[in-house]
Amino acid sequence: MKILVCISKSPDTTSKIAFTDGNTKFDENGVQYIVNPYDEWYALVRALEIKEAGGGQVTIITVGNAADEAVIRKALAIGADEAVRIDADPKDAHYTAMQIANYAKSNGFDLVLTGKETINYNGSQVGGMIAEAMDLPFVSLATKLDVNGSTLTLEREIVGGVQVVEVSTPAVVSCAKGMAEQRIPNMRGIMAARTKPLQVVAPVAVEELTSFVSYAMPNAKSAVKMISPDNMDELVTLLHNEAKVI
Amino acid sequence: MVLVYVNSANGLSKAAFETVTYGKKLGDQVVVITNGSASSDLLSTLGEYGASKVIVDRSVDGEDAQQLTRLVASVAQGNGASTIVFSHDLIGKAVAPRLSVRLNAGLVSGAVALPEGDGSIKVNVFSGKAMGLVKVNSSTKIISLLPNSIQPEKSGSACAIEETSGNAGSAAIKVISTKKPEGEIPLPEAELVVSAGRGLKGPENWGMIEDLAKSLGAATACSRPVADIGWRPHHEHVGQTGVAIRPNLYIAVGISGAIQHLAGVNGSKVIVVVNTDAEAPFFKAADYGIIGDAFEVVPKLTAAINKFKASQN
Repeated sequence: MKILVCISKSPDTTSKIAFTDGNTKFDENGVQYIVNPYDEWYALVRALEIKEAGGGQVTIITVGNAADEAVIRKALAIGADEAVRIDADPKDAHYTAMQIANYAKSNGFDLVLTGKETINYNGSQVGGMIAEAMDLPFVSLATKLDVNGSTLTLEREIVGGVQVVEVSTPAVVSCAKGMAEQRIPNMRGIMAARTKPLQVVAPVAVEELTSFVSYAMPNAKSAVKMISPDNMDELVTLLHNEAKVI
Repeated sequence: MVLVYVNSANGLSKAAFETVTYGKKLGDQVVVITNGSASSDLLSTLGEYGASKVIVDRSVDGEDAQQLTRLVASVAQGNGASTIVFSHDLIGKAVAPRLSVRLNAGLVSGAVALPEGDGSIKVNVFSGKAMGLVKVNSSTKIISLLPNSIQPEKSGSACAIEETSGNAGSAAIKVISTKKPEGEIPLPEAELVVSAGRGLKGPENWGMIEDLAKSLGAATACSRPVADIGWRPHHEHVGQTGVAIRPNLYIAVGISGAIQHLAGVNGSKVIVVVNTDAEAPFFKAADYGIIGDAFEVVPKLTAAINKFKASQN
C-alpha cells in the first residue's frame, strides 16, 4: 500500500505565543518547531504500522520553505521512507491542500493521511480539501484504521459516540487520538533520516482564498476570586448573580 | 442569500439555532439545507430563528461528507448563495473544507463572532492562546461557527419546507455500526461541564463528580492522564489532544492545569478550580478558586446547588 502522510510544522506546545509587525505576523523569535502532534503521533505512526504489517511505502509531504527540512528529517527519523517538500509558503489551508492534492494525483497513492487539525491554526481544513480536489471519499476524525486489501475499516467519532465505517481505497483520512501511540525516533532512525530521499517540488499557481489580517492576544483574565471551602453557598450565589452561568 | 447547513439527524440541537441566528444576523435572506428524516413540523421551527425556507433531502443520511458536499453545493449554486454557514462540529469540519474546494470559496473555520466592519471574521488560533482576524478574498464565503459563540435569538415564525433530491449522488462510506451511550450529554455541546483529574485518586471516586454534574445538568469530562490510565473513557478527555470545549461553566476538580489541558478549555466563559495545591497553575486561569480537598468540597458544592435549585422552583 502506497501511503502519503501530510505533515505540518507547529510551534512546540510550550512556546510563548506573540506577534510582530503590528500584530500581523507570528513572532518566530525563539520558537521551537515540531511536527504537528496529530500528524506525527497518529497519522504517521499508523501509516508505519500499516506498512510494517502489510508492506508498502510511506511518503511524507509538507508545504514549506527550506528551513522546514529539520521537521521533515524528524518525520523521516520516525520511519517514513521518503519526503516531498513543496517549495512554498503555506499561505492558507486551501493553498496547502491544492499543492498536496496536485502532487498526490500524479503519484498514485492508495491512502492519504492527515492529522485532525494543526495546533496552531486548528482549522481542520486540509484533509477535506485534499479529498475534494482528488474527488475521493474522506473519513474525518478517525480513531482506528485497519486495512484489508482495498477495503479500509475505520472507527470515527460522531456526536456523542463512535461509528465503524468501511470505505474502498483510494481515500483520505484525518487521524485523531486512539489511532496509534507516539514513537520516539532511535539513533539508527536519526542516522538513516539524513540520507533518505527528500524531493523538492515547485508549487503550482493557486489563488489565496483567505488571509489573516491581524492577530490579538485574548483579554487578560481578571484575578481569580478565592472562596472558602466551607462556603459553597457563596460560590453558588456568585455563579448565579455575578457570572450568570447557573 | 445566506445558506445554512443544519444537521437534524438527532433532532435540532442548540448549534442549529445558533447557525440560523448567525445567518440571519449577516443581514440577508436565510435558507436552510438539511437532510434525513426529521419531521417537517420540527424543521419548520427553524423559521422562528430567521430561516425563510428549509430545503430537505430525505434520501441523504448524512454519513458521507462527499455526498453532503454535493447536496449543499447544488443548493448553494441553484439559489445563488453568497455565504454558506456551518456549525464547526464533526459534520461542519468534514463538509465545509470540501465545499470550499468545490465552490472555490474561502472558508473561515471556527468563527467566534459576526464579521467586523471590514468583513474580516474572528477565529481562535494557537489552540485558544490567541485570536486572529481572517478575510475571505473570494466572492462566495463559507463560515463554520464555533458552537456556543452566539446566543440563539427568535425573530420570526415557522417557515415553509421544500423537498429536494437527486443532486447528491451515492455514498462511498458504508456504516457498519454506531455506538452511542444513552442519556449522556454530548461534551462538545454541553453548556455546563464538570471535570476531574488525578486528584480524585481512582475511578471508584467518580460518583461524586457525577452527582455534581447531575445537580447542575452538566456533562462530565476528565484530564488526559485519567483517560490514558483508563479511569474514564477517551471521549471525555478534554485538552490539546482530546476534545476542545467552550462551555459557559467549567468546573475542574483535582486537575493541576497543565498548558495542554488549558488549551482545550480556555474558551470556557467561567472556570471554577478546586485543588488542594494552592500553587496549581490552573488557579491563574480560573475565575473562582477553592483550595481544598475534593472529597470534602464537591459534596458540599452539590448540596449547595441542590439547595439553590430547590429555592428557584
